[in-house]
Amino acid sequence: MILKRIARFYIEGFRGMTLGRTLWCIILIKLFIMFAVLKAFFFPAYLKGDSAEKGEAVSTELTERKAGE
Amino acid sequence: MEAIDASLVDWSRAQFALTAMYHWLFVPLTLGLGVVMAIMETLYVRTGREFWKQTAKFWMKLFGINFAMGVATGIILEFEFGTNWSNYSWFVGDIFGAPLAIEGILAFFMESTFIAVMYFGWNKVSKRAHLASTWLTIIGATISAWWILVANAWMQHPVGMEFNPDTVRNEMVDFVAVAFNGGAVVKFCHTVVSSWVLGCVFVVGVSCWYLLRGRHKEFAHASIRVAAWFGLVASLLTAYTGHHSGRIIAEQQPMKLAAAEGLYEGGTQQGLVMAGVLRPGVDWAAPTEEDKMLLNIEMPYALSVLATHKVDGYVPGIRNILEGGYPLPDGSVALSAEEKMLRGRKAIEALGEYRDAEDAEDKAAALKALRENFAYFGYGYLKSPADLVPPVPLTFYSFRIMVILGGYFIVLFAGLLVLRQHVERWRLVQWGVVLTIPLAWLASQAGWVVAEVGRQPWAIQGLLPNVAAISRLETGAVQTTFFIFLFLFTLLLVAELGIMGKAIATGPETDKPAA
Repeated sequence: MILKRIARFYIEGFRGMTLGRTLWCIILIKLFIMFAVLKAFFFPAYLKGDSAEKGEAVSTELTERKAGE
Repeated sequence: MEAIDASLVDWSRAQFALTAMYHWLFVPLTLGLGVVMAIMETLYVRTGREFWKQTAKFWMKLFGINFAMGVATGIILEFEFGTNWSNYSWFVGDIFGAPLAIEGILAFFMESTFIAVMYFGWNKVSKRAHLASTWLTIIGATISAWWILVANAWMQHPVGMEFNPDTVRNEMVDFVAVAFNGGAVVKFCHTVVSSWVLGCVFVVGVSCWYLLRGRHKEFAHASIRVAAWFGLVASLLTAYTGHHSGRIIAEQQPMKLAAAEGLYEGGTQQGLVMAGVLRPGVDWAAPTEEDKMLLNIEMPYALSVLATHKVDGYVPGIRNILEGGYPLPDGSVALSAEEKMLRGRKAIEALGEYRDAEDAEDKAAALKALRENFAYFGYGYLKSPADLVPPVPLTFYSFRIMVILGGYFIVLFAGLLVLRQHVERWRLVQWGVVLTIPLAWLASQAGWVVAEVGRQPWAIQGLLPNVAAISRLETGAVQTTFFIFLFLFTLLLVAELGIMGKAIATGPETDKPAA
């Protein structure tokens, strides 16, 4: 019963939105660009493997890295 | 050692700075406007006047626009930790991740839950329940800011952790030290109260625009009265917490303080630069024959008092920090940059030896060397002592912009309270207040420039410079995403300004008779 009331509260709230609809559209477009486009094409998984492999990779980076010219 | 492209470091920094600065356009307005609208709703509940309800609802509408536009710009920052700063994320993720996780789980969900009641709950829940939801929304947002700022403060002063060479990670050993150290507390207070100032400047600015247009006068006067009182208190608190912030920086990041003050040669009885002009093109890492300042008007002794609470307290300058040899508050003597770099290299070598060691004796010897030198680990990546000097002009002028504007806001709010009967007649004052709106953002951004540029070259103070913290990506990939972000964020900003401008043009419904 209480869940039903909560659901109705949200449904009526969303239905009654005016400016909120535009804002929700913008939020959804933004999240789509970030998760579907940027994550898929521009953000590589830099550290791969299990924890030990990641630790090894960072250890190698930290012990062999130096500032460039 | 393998070299890392210097331009990759610069582009990685630029991309993070761009994302953080755009994110920080939205956050302070959320924190500041949120409290103002909650105060107005409190007035509605106390007085029962429909006028206050409509006033609160109008500011709530602008709050909602800003909140929606700001959602997810922060998520990109968290992406970037993993992609562009993967060494950093691995090295300190166990500590840095904890406050971010608490922020996500506790504060953000609290904020998200009550924001629904705040917007959908008018006439559906009692007045008091609605008011509680409004306050809980803004309290949730503020707690959210607390955990983010704890994480940031930890980067500026890493405490409460121990390095585990087996996992190559720093592990948290003292949560209280991480969450409640002096730096975190002061940073939180200063950031939040300065965001209140920004919110109040926004409210008085928009209200003065209505006065200029001759519309919604009662609403404008009431909003100015509330925001000017709250803004005056907030701006005085900002000055007070700023003073404490200076003291913490003097203790934990003396180079940042020296850069913010343009202080090359330190000493006792140091004055605070009230107005100054730096000599253009001067090398701040090396002695020069001519004075590094073209103009320097000081308040005598004030820097010593700020930094040490003593008139004759010693404040090191850039040269002193690089050369070392001055007494530290704990009675020891400061090491020179060269010595720190030497010990840092020993720590890095010891880590490599520990990882390569096959027998227990070699491992123990390497671990001992690592522990003895770990405090200087990050110095081992620096090419020369000059790398320790942050961009002085940017830090110096940003600090002055922040302080001067902070002083101006105190005068502005006090002036609006004193002159409130006359504000309606003085169009010049109204225009002045409207044009002050962007200055609030300028001051807020300048504050972050001081905090973040002033701590360069460090990602984590003393432990990890940017050159070691970044992922070894293609510079071109970072450049591409930088411009994609620039385009997207600018588009969002234009959209926000457009939607907000439209909502402001429509105005509040305070003039309409109550239904």
